Amino acid sequence: MVSSRRKFILGTARAAGLVALGGLVWSAYVDEVTANSLILRPPGALKEEDFLSTCIKCGMCVEACPFDTLVLAGPGDNKPLGTPFFIPRDIPCYMCPDIPCVPVCPTGALDIASVSTNGELDINKSQMGVAIVDDKNCIAFWGIQCDACYRACPLMDEAISLKYEKNERTGKHAFLKPIVNSDICTGCGLCERACVTKEAAINILPREVVLGKVGDHYIKGWDKADEKRLENAEAISTKTRLSEESAMDSLNSGLEGLLDD
Amino acid sequence: MTKIWANYRFLIARRFVQIGLMLLYAAGNYWGWSFLQGNLSSSSILGVIPLSDPFAAMQMFAAGAVITTNLIVGALIITVAYGLVGGRVFCSWVCPVNVITDAANFLRRKLGFNQIQKKQPASRSVRYWVLGLSLVLSYILGVTAFEFISPISITHRAIIFGLGLGWTAMLVIFLFDLFILKNGWCGHICPLGGFYGTIGKVGLIRVDHDEEKCTACMKCKEVCPESQVLFMVSKSSEQILDGACTNCGRCVEVCDDDALNFSIRKLAKEKIKNENDK
Repeated sequence: MVSSRRKFILGTARAAGLVALGGLVWSAYVDEVTANSLILRPPGALKEEDFLSTCIKCGMCVEACPFDTLVLAGPGDNKPLGTPFFIPRDIPCYMCPDIPCVPVCPTGALDIASVSTNGELDINKSQMGVAIVDDKNCIAFWGIQCDACYRACPLMDEAISLKYEKNERTGKHAFLKPIVNSDICTGCGLCERACVTKEAAINILPREVVLGKVGDHYIKGWDKADEKRLENAEAISTKTRLSEESAMDSLNSGLEGLLDD
Repeated sequence: MTKIWANYRFLIARRFVQIGLMLLYAAGNYWGWSFLQGNLSSSSILGVIPLSDPFAAMQMFAAGAVITTNLIVGALIITVAYGLVGGRVFCSWVCPVNVITDAANFLRRKLGFNQIQKKQPASRSVRYWVLGLSLVLSYILGVTAFEFISPISITHRAIIFGLGLGWTAMLVIFLFDLFILKNGWCGHICPLGGFYGTIGKVGLIRVDHDEEKCTACMKCKEVCPESQVLFMVSKSSEQILDGACTNCGRCVEVCDDDALNFSIRKLAKEKIKNENDK
């Protein structure tokens, strides 16, 4: 009788121990692999946090992609296993107008509404990432003529425009500097793919990694539309507890020791 | 030749189904065949009928994801289909990991490991703990926890979308089952097997044991990946109703005495009648 009870208790403790050990290793791994924020997702992907809970890892977006842009993360990629991503320098997103990868998603991890305008698919609304120019290593910023990224951009003059500036060094040439408009840029990566330098001087990064956020403390006073942004702004009121002692006491305290010497 | 067919007919049929499904999925990826697209986590037949892994759907629910109709319908189709057929049919007829663990088990038998390691140091109920843990971790971490580590998914993705380092997961499972624990992955740890065992409990197709024909050779218990479900062999005539039975049919085909056969589940009334007849 006692023996079977002890057996039961030991068995339960053993199971609990195994669960604790397994759960710890397991969650540590998941935590580690989801901490990698430098992943570019397909068009229409939900916010990374929601994407990770919603993507079922079926690969139907990968199968639908006609350019083999999208791949599923495998062991050794150091990315959440089985989730789709792309590397623009290898194969960028060619921005198909019918966006074949999005409607096939069975779980809504790729959200049709986020890449539609008035119920019609619109790839220009996608926000896969944003292009960032490394102006120290971009030869256009050196004064050498290159507009590879500008010409590769499917939203030429909107997402990337050229800024003309006088080249004071030569006195008679112009800089043609590529400037990215992050409101328009979809992060397709055609610019990164086209960049002529050894390592691309224009790179696509996830928007949440590089873009700032102004918050509620500043407003473009000259821009009526910017007021909309602050419609739901909340005031924060802080309360400092006032000392009940008189200010004089505070100034005069702590001197007793000095007088003693 | 007929002897080989008689002794391996279900095994051959299972391999045919398993490999055929993987080929259809791979063809869907590489050549755009529309018959089956996706993989075992979620797929569509002819681009119309959705199929989804109900266990993955449960993890998504626990993780707080918004569940689409497509996913619910797909998961229901799978649940009802496997629930009706019964047993862990997914495990032995569909899952590609089954091929790996069967190979390990075959080698164990041939190399006589089972005689050396008679005692199994782990409980088969571990899989239900892992099943629970999958859902709890999904809830806490907000991701589909088991899908992040599942060697099943790694394996079928490796087959369908390209191998990469996917072979490492397959090798680990093979070695684990070969050297560390008999039926280690499929019979002890895999929460998906535990899940299908739970929904397959009520299913209609069951192996039936006829004690009068049984000569107690115990060949069935030797090949069975879940040998505890055959507790009645040579003792009493009854159906194998344990959900852990994978309906692989190995026991049926190795039995030389016709004492084990596939049958339709006896409904409750019939069972009582049979008992009264005795």
